[in-house]
Amino acid sequence: MPDVDKNLDKKQSRKDSWKAVLVSQYFVIILILLSLGIVMSFLSPVFLTSRNLLNVLLQTSINITVAVGVTMVILTGGIDLGVGSVVALTGVTLGTMLKANLPIPVAFLIAVLVGALTGIINGLLVSKGRVPAFVATLGMMSAARGLSLIITGGQSIYVFPRSFLNFFGIGYLWFIPMPVVIAAVVVIIAQYILSQTRFGRYVYAIGGNPEAARLAGVKVTLMLIMTYVIAGVTYAIGGTILTARLNSAQPIAGVGYELDAIAAAVIGGTSLSGGVGTVWGTVLGALIMGVLRNGLNLMNISSYIQQVLIGTVIVGAVLVDRMRNKP
Amino acid sequence: MEQTPFLMMNNICKSFPGVQALKNVDFDLRKSEVHCILGENGAGKSTLIKVLSGALREDSGTICIDGQAVILDSPRKAHEVGFATIYQEFNLCPNLSVAANIFLGEEERFKKKGLIDRAGMRNKAKEYLNKLGVEVSPIAKVSSLTVAQQQVVEISKALSRGARVIIMDEPTAALSGEEVVKLFGVIRYLKENGVSIVYISHRLDEIFEIGDRITVLRDGAKVRTLESTTEISREELVALMVGRKIEDWIPKVKTEKGKEILKVSNLNRDGVFHDINFSLYEGEVLGFSGLVGSGRTEVMRAIFGADPYDEGTIWFDGQELKKTDPSKVIKSGMYLLPENRKDQGLVLLMPVSQNITLSRLSLVSNIFKISGRKEKAAVQRYKEELNIRTPSIRRLVKFLSGGNQQKCVVAKSLFSKSKLLIFDEPTRGIDVGAKAEIYDLINNLVVEGIGVIIVSSELPEILGLCDRIIVMRDRTIVGEVQRERATQELVMKLALGEGD
Repeated sequence: MPDVDKNLDKKQSRKDSWKAVLVSQYFVIILILLSLGIVMSFLSPVFLTSRNLLNVLLQTSINITVAVGVTMVILTGGIDLGVGSVVALTGVTLGTMLKANLPIPVAFLIAVLVGALTGIINGLLVSKGRVPAFVATLGMMSAARGLSLIITGGQSIYVFPRSFLNFFGIGYLWFIPMPVVIAAVVVIIAQYILSQTRFGRYVYAIGGNPEAARLAGVKVTLMLIMTYVIAGVTYAIGGTILTARLNSAQPIAGVGYELDAIAAAVIGGTSLSGGVGTVWGTVLGALIMGVLRNGLNLMNISSYIQQVLIGTVIVGAVLVDRMRNKP
Repeated sequence: MEQTPFLMMNNICKSFPGVQALKNVDFDLRKSEVHCILGENGAGKSTLIKVLSGALREDSGTICIDGQAVILDSPRKAHEVGFATIYQEFNLCPNLSVAANIFLGEEERFKKKGLIDRAGMRNKAKEYLNKLGVEVSPIAKVSSLTVAQQQVVEISKALSRGARVIIMDEPTAALSGEEVVKLFGVIRYLKENGVSIVYISHRLDEIFEIGDRITVLRDGAKVRTLESTTEISREELVALMVGRKIEDWIPKVKTEKGKEILKVSNLNRDGVFHDINFSLYEGEVLGFSGLVGSGRTEVMRAIFGADPYDEGTIWFDGQELKKTDPSKVIKSGMYLLPENRKDQGLVLLMPVSQNITLSRLSLVSNIFKISGRKEKAAVQRYKEELNIRTPSIRRLVKFLSGGNQQKCVVAKSLFSKSKLLIFDEPTRGIDVGAKAEIYDLINNLVVEGIGVIIVSSELPEILGLCDRIIVMRDRTIVGEVQRERATQELVMKLALGEGD
């Protein structure tokens, strides 16, 4: 009798995993991404060349990097509107340090620390201060932007050492642009943290039910601060890539990055109420937006129309997802 | 006084997954009477008034008003036939004025040139408030009123809608003695004006003072309707409420009492509980009984570090627990199974396995990695031991039945490997089979020398499982009963305050 039970269990779980593929968050997103690719390759002969595809990856690498941070924040049930401003703040910090002739690793580390610091402030406000994440990070959005302008006096900082540009911006590893390599490393580390470590498990638990997490002994305050710190670090990496690609650190850089990052997470199946979502989904979400932008550019479609189409895709992707998940 | 009832409910049945909340209940109501409904926690009082107020639809049975069958399938429908319900949690908009609240949704009545005639509305509100004999300004914000005043606003609201039946759910629970006297004045005024009251309360004094008839419910069934409050004594009434037999499928395992592991002295939290003193010994099952709202859950949450307390000391396993948080308390070897599995016990969107190990993830992980193999092995063991029915341990808890969800919460508390487990309502809303399995498990725990505290509203459960029973009433401990002496009547009397 127990054997029969076990077999039944096995059968059921195989059925479950089969179903899981179909119902998986990725199924629809991959389908959308593939069909977008197919449509684009018919409309533009250039789309399906390896050079163009690498270009798409290059263009989405910064969005992917910061969207990974935003995804973690959203998973805890929060939101981060300060992304673009922190990208600018860490960028100009880095630029200032490089201009002061600090060694590249030190300058980079300081930029990362600044990113982490913004995370500590956000995390403390949200967890200890019980300020809604929307408000706390809205404040950060304004304050970090202001600080960037103060540091630079409103001017851009440019011309950086060649080795810095090569490593973070315009160089290649074999044939892959360095920003893509860096984004991939960020994605893999974040995915590992979320799926394999205690911290990652707690992130999902807090997002799913903060009270149950607290009563199960999860140190909610600490975990929230850590999440915002990790997010801040990803913004610093994003700011570094941006500075290196432009060979310039601009206090007004990164405007609107938060919206792209949140859109990538949401298209990728991350629930804004927390507890549901993965980094893989976010990567796919970012790629959908990247492919769409790239294809529209190749077809010479006006950027005004592009904005309308991208807005439609964001809402459309989420709408499809919601209808599919309706009980 | 004797007259034919205008409201008749016959053979009302209502089930929830795993429990039958109402079994063939008959209830009727006459004009200008106060009809009290009495029963233990979980006897079906709330379900019955929810059916009456349109919040729940009965599974079977008939409701007739003035000889006409009606279907109360929405609160709106209940309003239309003149039923108003005043729950313990008021349905008021705290930021609107008293007048705006009384006429919320009825603004049409004060339309004047397309706008609301605010002065007219105020005057009308004043009229209702005066009739009920209370001094409340119609322009005051509801949030600035006392609970008693808000209650009057609710009653005015009901009257303004022409209610002829007002259902009151524990209306005196949050009132002071003086306010209760005033409320009774209001109720008498309502009676004189042809309004009937369905009155739910645990307080026997009040029922004897204000009630005309009493219907006693027990386990979802009607025990009896008493035609007057003079024909019965308090003792007989308590006996009617509890008279359940202790199910003999809860076998009690006798264990040796070990050393003291928990000692709570003079624990206080202003307005929540006071003067809490008790001890717990290894291998002992200590029950906490009392009515809902007596402060049992709050005491447990304070001991566990989930809520703060103002003064007192807690000694656990030879150490003092200073004002702390659940994560530290769990590390020291105590775990609380919370009363509400969906809001406090489980992360519904996580798999069974991840929910169970959440209480002590460090047992299956190091700082770099959670061991999938160890986690699976541990969870598989609990799945078999507790007979959790799920096709896979990777299934989201959301999709499990109530009983199996509760077993996950139990498994989670066991996984914490604690020396002391506090179970708050461990079997609420689950079927008999799952209940028996959980009882069995609690018996096994004490054999291993683990201390157990059970907070439960179900007397048979408390009497069947516990070595000692502490009874709480009005936010403090009012008595302690040894297993040998414990009867349902005795515990119930203490809980109701009838024993002394």
